[in-house]
Amino acid sequence: MAIDRATVLKIARLARIEVRPEECDHLAKEISGILAWVEQLGEVDTRNVEPMTSVVAMELPRRADEVTDGNIRDAILANAPEVEGGFFVVPKVVE
Amino acid sequence: MSAIVEGRTGPFEMVIGLEVHAQVISKAKLFSGASTAFGAEPNTQVSFIDAGMPGMLPVINGLCVEQAVKTGLALNAQINLVSVFDRKNYFYPDLPLGYQISQFTKPIVGKGIVTIDLPDGSTKDIGITRLHLEMDAGKSIHDIRPDATHVDLNRAGVALMEIVSEPDIRTPEEAGAYVKKLRSLLRYIDTCDGNMDEGSMRCDVNVSVRRPGEGFGTRCEIKNVNSVRFVMRAIEYEAARQVGIIEAGGTIDQETRLFDSQKGETRPMRSKEEAHDYRYFPDPDLLPLRLDPAWVARIKAALPELPDARKERFVRDFGLSPYDASVLVAEKENAAFFETVAKGRDGKMAANWVMTELFGALNKKGLDVTRSPVKAEALGGLIDRIKDNTISGRIAKEVFEIMVETGRDADAIIEEKGLRQVTDTGAIEAEVDKVIAANADKVAQIRAGKEALKGWFVGQVMKATQGKANPAAVNQILDKKLKG
Repeated sequence: MAIDRATVLKIARLARIEVRPEECDHLAKEISGILAWVEQLGEVDTRNVEPMTSVVAMELPRRADEVTDGNIRDAILANAPEVEGGFFVVPKVVE
Repeated sequence: MSAIVEGRTGPFEMVIGLEVHAQVISKAKLFSGASTAFGAEPNTQVSFIDAGMPGMLPVINGLCVEQAVKTGLALNAQINLVSVFDRKNYFYPDLPLGYQISQFTKPIVGKGIVTIDLPDGSTKDIGITRLHLEMDAGKSIHDIRPDATHVDLNRAGVALMEIVSEPDIRTPEEAGAYVKKLRSLLRYIDTCDGNMDEGSMRCDVNVSVRRPGEGFGTRCEIKNVNSVRFVMRAIEYEAARQVGIIEAGGTIDQETRLFDSQKGETRPMRSKEEAHDYRYFPDPDLLPLRLDPAWVARIKAALPELPDARKERFVRDFGLSPYDASVLVAEKENAAFFETVAKGRDGKMAANWVMTELFGALNKKGLDVTRSPVKAEALGGLIDRIKDNTISGRIAKEVFEIMVETGRDADAIIEEKGLRQVTDTGAIEAEVDKVIAANADKVAQIRAGKEALKGWFVGQVMKATQGKANPAAVNQILDKKLKG
């Protein structure tokens, strides 16, 4: 699967990564190469093989419905760029 | 309102589907041990998992799984014994992880059915496409400062059930009935409190229109409509808007819209370049969720009586009409109140008193049945006094008004005010004789064939006894004496 410049820009935008125009061709080639390499897996016949979802043979652990966490506001807000009245403050997100 | 929108160029039909987000009743969040309680100080109910701190791993809350299964069973739906959690990727300040943990290709609950009750007493089955578990986002507040958005993550990570209906709904009324029925079901089984004011239940409404008999038109999704009334108004506005565009020769763009409840209109929510591409993929932090069929069977066996079964029982055991029964069962508290009143009594009479007098009085006072000044036993006691002829139905309404104001028992009020019905035929006869003696002219008219005047005599006797005379006895005695 070949990735073009437009797709590179779209992925970058979705991931909020800034990509300069001069980087696009290089990135398109690199990502295409990675995808081609991974696509080799398609050569293996997996018709009757269950998808492997984990390398450990265990069930999804479940937690009891108990309040065991929280009330750590100072720690939660410690790295916030700005705090006001216990809220995170971020640049306006609606026009 | 009918199923048809009359356009300038002919009729259109609405096609409506709903996505309801119902907050799961649990003490702790879906993947963390922080509290879900409503109304706490901002960011006090947040764990490092909810805040998206690096290196934290989600562990699923077993009760939330149970609540979803319970809800699926109440929706007559297929329970998927294997389901998978996926990451739905998007950036927004109130979603610190950068993705929402949701279920995409393998939800925990599959196809089901909800039977809705319509005002004419009929019912209609609405298909359920699926129910999946996901985490809620935090809350963004845009109006504290003009230049900034404030974020509270207390709600981030609280468990939601997204319940998706098939596009089986055809009118705003059906949509309203669907939301009400869903809310009723969730409250019966205690999996969601159904509190739309606090946002515990939120609706996204999909609306399209088509010429009758045609295939589906292009739909618009109206996000976050937060009351039954608004759901109905948003659909009406949106259907009319779409018909207008089509009749003017335009086409409908598939888009996400917002309902402005103040203006009663919908408008586009996001510019199109922001079109979402969620890049779902299975969450590598979570193994597939496997359910033990025996465990599911135990949950099913422990389900309480649901509104439809209760409605049927009310119709069968108490002789109620299907519509009255559906009104009484909608809120489980109302249903329980009615059952206490009706037990061992005339069911229809009990239903009339509860639905007309009691609900009327509670409405005026803005109370719900759990805070009724008249308890179920007390209302039953009043009905007993009508049945045993201690008071007439008319006097009973007076007694009831006093009960509402004072919270006292019917018997105490009847005694104190001397409202006991006069059934002593001697006393009634004496009053009848007095009225007849004083109105010889009217007696003559009746005997001459003017039967209708009898009502006037009944009224006079009731007036003379302050309404306490037993109406049946008065009629009987009058009949005898007037014939002369």
